[in-house]
Amino acid sequence: MSKKVAIVGLGYSSFRTTSQDVSYREMIFEAATKCYEDAGGVHPQDIDAFVACSEDFMEGISIADEYVPDQLGAVLKPVQSITGDGLQGLASAAMHVLTGELDLVTLSAFSKASNVLHYANVVSYACDPTYVRPLKENPYFIAGLEMNRYLYETGTTEEQCAMVTAKNKGNALFNPTAAYGAKIDVKDVLQSDPLFSPLKYLDKSQDLDGAIVFLLASEEKAYQYTDKPIWIKGLGWATDTPNLDNRLDGMGDAVYARLAAQKAYEMAGITYPRKEIHFAELDDTFSFKELQHLEALNICSRGEAGKLLEQGVFSKNGDFPVNVSGGSLGVGYLHEANGLQRLMEVVLQLRGEAGKRQLDDVETGLAFAWRGIPTATGAAAVLSSRY
Amino acid sequence: MRKVAVVGAGMTKFARRALETPKELSYQASKAALDSAGMKLKDIDCVAHGSAPDAFDGIHQKGEYLADGCGGWNKPTMRVFVGGATGVHAIAHGWYHVASGLADTCLVVCEEKMSSAMPHAQAFFLTIFDAITERALGLNLIWIFALEMKRYMERYGYTKEDMALSAMKNKNQGLKHPASQFYGGNELTVEDILNSEVMASPVSRLDVSPVSDGAAAIVLASERTARRLTDKPVWIEGVGWCLDTAYWATRDLYYPRYTEIAARKAYKMAGIREPHKEINIAEPYDPFGYKQLHHMEGLLLSPKGKTVELLRDGHFDMDGNLPMCPSGGLLGVGNPIAAAGTLKLCELFWQLRGEAGERQVPGNPRLGVAQAWGDLMQVSSVVVMGINNA
Amino acid sequence: MDHKEFIRGGTALSEDEIKSGKIFVEEDALDCRYAWDTGVAIGRYLAELKKGKIIAKKTNCCDRIMIPPRMFCELCYRPSGAWTYVQDTGVVNTFSISNIYYDASRVPSGEPNPMPAVIEIDGASKGMGIMHLLGEVKPEDVKIGMKVKAVWKPESERTGSITDIEYFKPY
Repeated sequence: MSKKVAIVGLGYSSFRTTSQDVSYREMIFEAATKCYEDAGGVHPQDIDAFVACSEDFMEGISIADEYVPDQLGAVLKPVQSITGDGLQGLASAAMHVLTGELDLVTLSAFSKASNVLHYANVVSYACDPTYVRPLKENPYFIAGLEMNRYLYETGTTEEQCAMVTAKNKGNALFNPTAAYGAKIDVKDVLQSDPLFSPLKYLDKSQDLDGAIVFLLASEEKAYQYTDKPIWIKGLGWATDTPNLDNRLDGMGDAVYARLAAQKAYEMAGITYPRKEIHFAELDDTFSFKELQHLEALNICSRGEAGKLLEQGVFSKNGDFPVNVSGGSLGVGYLHEANGLQRLMEVVLQLRGEAGKRQLDDVETGLAFAWRGIPTATGAAAVLSSRY
Repeated sequence: MRKVAVVGAGMTKFARRALETPKELSYQASKAALDSAGMKLKDIDCVAHGSAPDAFDGIHQKGEYLADGCGGWNKPTMRVFVGGATGVHAIAHGWYHVASGLADTCLVVCEEKMSSAMPHAQAFFLTIFDAITERALGLNLIWIFALEMKRYMERYGYTKEDMALSAMKNKNQGLKHPASQFYGGNELTVEDILNSEVMASPVSRLDVSPVSDGAAAIVLASERTARRLTDKPVWIEGVGWCLDTAYWATRDLYYPRYTEIAARKAYKMAGIREPHKEINIAEPYDPFGYKQLHHMEGLLLSPKGKTVELLRDGHFDMDGNLPMCPSGGLLGVGNPIAAAGTLKLCELFWQLRGEAGERQVPGNPRLGVAQAWGDLMQVSSVVVMGINNA
Repeated sequence: MDHKEFIRGGTALSEDEIKSGKIFVEEDALDCRYAWDTGVAIGRYLAELKKGKIIAKKTNCCDRIMIPPRMFCELCYRPSGAWTYVQDTGVVNTFSISNIYYDASRVPSGEPNPMPAVIEIDGASKGMGIMHLLGEVKPEDVKIGMKVKAVWKPESERTGSITDIEYFKPY
């Protein structure tokens, strides 16, 4: 990439399991105000474009992009919405800047999951209307199918998956924004209520409300807004087929993660991700997903993630810390804003602003998000504090 | 800035009820666009698709559902939406994929299937209104356009007949479009429109574009790739988009200021100083007869309050100074929301290359503008496309 | 090359082909419910409507009185200022007389036509309007610029909703 894009501002609302005291607009206003202050007090009317990420059914509003501009200060400005994860939104916003036509772009996403009373129905409406939905199954059966196949193909164990939950919930105890931190062990997870075997209650992340806003700037403008720009080195996103029964490598692999990472690494000039990247914040919607994604992202080889986890490699003081923030299992599941929570942690770590969970000597980090069941879409971003 | 070209276009026929699923419609349009560019799916680096509300299909994460139909299987695929403006905005979405240097080729696909919504797609438009302060009033989408149309007519003293004339022009032009729901049908008169059932005054049934199913696609390429593929690339000269406040009832609806801002951005990028003199063809968004006139003013292609006069003088006819909606537009071809905007992109591509058949605008047009509009009467996306005829 | 070659598919069906069962359809009535948090500004707005009052919010940055009230000025991007009551009267900015309901079904003959309007509320900044309905007026008598007043539901029937105002009528 000939030009460079930096993250120069970050703001977030408080993350909570319910947020009845504020409307989504008020919640986003809080996050955006913090972001603009973080970027040296920029006024939103000086920003060139705005990208928001949302899904109609999560908001209960059709063409929900209508309600984006006011709370971001984007009235009469170029605004568009992506129906995707925040990291796909990051790619969109970064491409805005890379055209050379736009210098400052705001990126936002939020979750008001607590307002969705029939979330399982909403997920089932993402399944094919004519030949999956008529089965009338709770859609989480898909996670059970994927987990079972992944364990079968790789020899990963349920205990190793449980260990992911224990690690991430433990990490979350050091993250003031996390809602689901807990001191638990493998046995607690294994003995939690069965959902869709082998998936258990504590293998699954829980919903969270919150808003996250970033400001991106071109290389020329970055230092006007911050002393600590975090550079976007690589971006990748990919979609496998939405059809459950003919995914490229079946139900046990995460092809979308492999393809997204390949693009991001290629752009960032990374050959050995485990060495050249220092830590990762990646999707752990379900505990097994963290292990599956680590392998698909080529941080380790297939079937190896569970063993490395046991050796402590992915712990916060290990060789390659993973989800130091607590991930979705520890922080909570922010829907379209999931990827931005990952990005937030990477940026805080690279700036050296991660407080008690600050990692030593980290310069390059990886963020990865998955769109959740029933999709096969993911997005990856490589970031660095080094120009 | 990297130059970006349109190298292919294709679409489905628009139908009130299509046999095909949304995925199948997307496939048909995408395949046609690829064929017209002489390309295969493997030549495509990424997919940028668009669709408006999810409620019509009753499919959550519709972008994911559509992905394989749009050729996005195992590719970077991203769906954009800005309500009704999505269909034209999609070219901006595709443009930055290529202009940024991250992709060399991009397939842009827009699809909408409205007939799946039972008993009528209109009922689902209630869910676009503010969930707390507006929805309880039981609003119909046509009502708010009636409010805008009323305001526009009142401001300039335009009559129902003026608005009907505008609708008639497109309805009759659309009869010549092979994709039209009314292809080869009978011409309408102003009286037919004035005498059609009043939906919500001043809007009568024939002032409104029909509910449709359909898809449309274009293929974008970087300059180097475009020149290898075709000797008639159509260049994206400029793009602009702009969204106004969601508090729509606090705005004066007589003028679409967001359209003007979007247009000025597109013209600036295209180096256009006097759009009304430099532009050869316009495809303004025309879900209603009055809207295309409203938009011609916002696009700075007609002076405020003078548009009806120019319409009556034949200024916007096919052989006039500035042919308007040579495609027949949404009124004449059909209105599958996002796909209807992309219909306009296809039309500019065909017109600028001289491939528009019996709808071809005379005089080798070189520069065209397309625009779409949507949300709560709040957003416009504008693109200027051009060809070097030399 | 002619563009006709690149227009494909979009096979038109008649309503009858679906109704007669010639074409298979998979029916599903969606059931997704929401409980939207109204927040500070709209929460208070609704609470005041229940009391039969309309409340707005001032901005300190650009001296506007905003209705519906918001916790921030979207133009200056500053938190808004004091709460202030506005009148329950206003002026019709634009209107329509409708023959259809929200779902496009026709208003039966003899039933009143819905009359949606944008009403600029007295006491709010110029141009600050809300969407509502008109009543107690013949369709042919409605005019832009007409002065109207809220007709409230009886106190016992109010629920803290925009429909606590039944409609606006001329006065």
